[in-house]
Amino acid sequence: MTNDYAIEANGLSKHFGDLKAVSNLDLKVPRGQIYGFLGPNGSGKSTTIRMLCGLLTPTEGTANVLGTLIPGSARNLKPKIGYMTQKFSLFGDMTVMENLQFIAEIYSVRKADRRPRIDELLGKYDLFGQRRQLAGTMSGGQKQRLALACAVLHHPELLLLDEPTSAVDPQSRRDFWANLFRLAEGGTTIMVSTHYMDEAERCHRLAILDRGIKVADGTPQELQSGTGMHIVEVTADDPYRAQEALDCAEHIASVTQLGVRLRVLIPEHFAEPVDLVRQHLDKHGGVTADVRLTTASLEDVFVAVTMSPEERVA
Amino acid sequence: MKSLSRLLAITKKEIRQLRRDRLTFGMIVGIPVLQMLLFGYAINTDVRNLRTAIADQSNTHLSRQFVAELRETQVVDIIEFVDTPAVLDERLRLGEISIGVVIPHDFERRVIDPERPAVHLLVDGSDPTISSVAMQLRNMPIAFDTGKNVRRAHNIEVRPSYNPERRTPVNIIPGLMGVILTLTMMLFTAVAIVRERERGNLELLINTPVSSAELMIGKVIPYVVIGMIQLALILIVGDVLFEVPMRGSVLDLYLASGAFIAANLALGLVISTVATTQFQAMQMTFFVLLPSILLSGFVFPFDGMPRFAQLLGEILPVTHYIRLTRGIMLREAGLIELYPELIALGLFTLVAMTGAALRFTKRLD
Repeated sequence: MTNDYAIEANGLSKHFGDLKAVSNLDLKVPRGQIYGFLGPNGSGKSTTIRMLCGLLTPTEGTANVLGTLIPGSARNLKPKIGYMTQKFSLFGDMTVMENLQFIAEIYSVRKADRRPRIDELLGKYDLFGQRRQLAGTMSGGQKQRLALACAVLHHPELLLLDEPTSAVDPQSRRDFWANLFRLAEGGTTIMVSTHYMDEAERCHRLAILDRGIKVADGTPQELQSGTGMHIVEVTADDPYRAQEALDCAEHIASVTQLGVRLRVLIPEHFAEPVDLVRQHLDKHGGVTADVRLTTASLEDVFVAVTMSPEERVA
Repeated sequence: MKSLSRLLAITKKEIRQLRRDRLTFGMIVGIPVLQMLLFGYAINTDVRNLRTAIADQSNTHLSRQFVAELRETQVVDIIEFVDTPAVLDERLRLGEISIGVVIPHDFERRVIDPERPAVHLLVDGSDPTISSVAMQLRNMPIAFDTGKNVRRAHNIEVRPSYNPERRTPVNIIPGLMGVILTLTMMLFTAVAIVRERERGNLELLINTPVSSAELMIGKVIPYVVIGMIQLALILIVGDVLFEVPMRGSVLDLYLASGAFIAANLALGLVISTVATTQFQAMQMTFFVLLPSILLSGFVFPFDGMPRFAQLLGEILPVTHYIRLTRGIMLREAGLIELYPELIALGLFTLVAMTGAALRFTKRLD
């Protein structure tokens, strides 16, 4: 069964006792794209990824991953996927070279191909200088590059990355994403979970998870234009008082402070959102502020889609 | 073919890591040698040289002859002659001596009088071993019951077979081999797998094409080799330092040890599927190790144990191994003659391996 999707999941659920880690998840991940999984810690991102590679058995639902049916024997799937765990899981007491050699042997890479492939990866991921260093003594960024090199060594069709950048600095994160784009251009499908908005923005498509439930999915642009909210930015001299004035005010769905600015979300059916905000500020003893309508960022999308229904109608 | 190369990749990795882990590597050699020295020299059920004082109130030719014979047994080490039994009491109370011998004035008459004991032994009863030895000494004066046939005690001397010199190491070392192998094989296997789970390596490994069987067998192979090396070390130290005989065939001993090592590795694997931390793995190992020492016939004679303890002992692989090693090394028995013990070991391995394979799946839940 070949189709355009690397992953198709229907009603995937995973319960740990009373805890519903993932509930009724539908997913369609197109081939050759970077698919983001955005959500706070404990939202079910890791659990979903583990179900998709056969590490966990779903409580309910099914998935088709590269033609392999889940639940079922994942044996045929293993050679086709690369997996990068959240925690560094290579062998700290072996050198970079030894780790790569071990992975090459485990994936039965042909003997003649091993050396050239490892050399290629050492160059590509800037690890040549560390090749004789014990993996456990490297920096966070170096470890992460080694983990990626090991995950792609056998040319997997699908890469599953579980919060790959949570332990590295911003520069390493940028480099890491450049590498991911290169892989995607080469035809690899990549599923990556993150809780960074800027990373989510780089994905071709993404799904937002909240407490095990998928609350939105689409391209970043689709999500940003489909919040159902006006986004009003308020720049006040006294942001604290401005927030006080708006926090529990009528028709305002949420207020988030970003430095001196406030992002105010107002349901779309109110025609004059800027006036509404001005009125509330005046009522509260005349807070002086610059108020203007703006476009939604992914953060706004996240706030909007994770709201309770009551907040949503405000 | 692919399967074999994956298995070897795991083995190679394991050896590589083991080589870097100096402490573990040291333990492989250190545990057997140190334990051998400790147990070989320290455990001594053959009591000799108990400090003894004598109050010889008779002081005749016969009494001096009795003292000389007492000394010849080497059980006692006569450190002092005192005048009165009261002094002996005092010495005992202070712990200066373990045995006090009182030879009364009328020793010569008492010797021919079956109604009255010829000699009194004052014994430090706070040590059970010493009092049991004293009970044996008690039989000595009976030899004097005719007064003339004094030397009869020597005529009924007991000569134990297989260990005529009654040296403890000869009995201890075949059993010690079992205890040492139990400890290292079970602990190393259990910890090697649990450590990988703790460090997160397992999550990576089970996402590769490696199968559970390849992973387990690949990890265990280095430890089989280590077990054989330890066995060689024990045999060499046993031969050089303690002159433990090797009456049967070395090949038989190695075959028996192979079966025993397999049983312990299987048990180690079971532990590794239950324990989630290295600490838990260690505790479970000691949970098995203690009965392996106490209920296997290593320390106490198996036949003397209560029925229930014997049943527990029969479950332990080391019980059967000790019977094998004692049989092969000391009694020159062949492996074929000892087949029930081999069957027991094989059965244990089969059950444990099945349990481990059922519990260890390539999943996290």
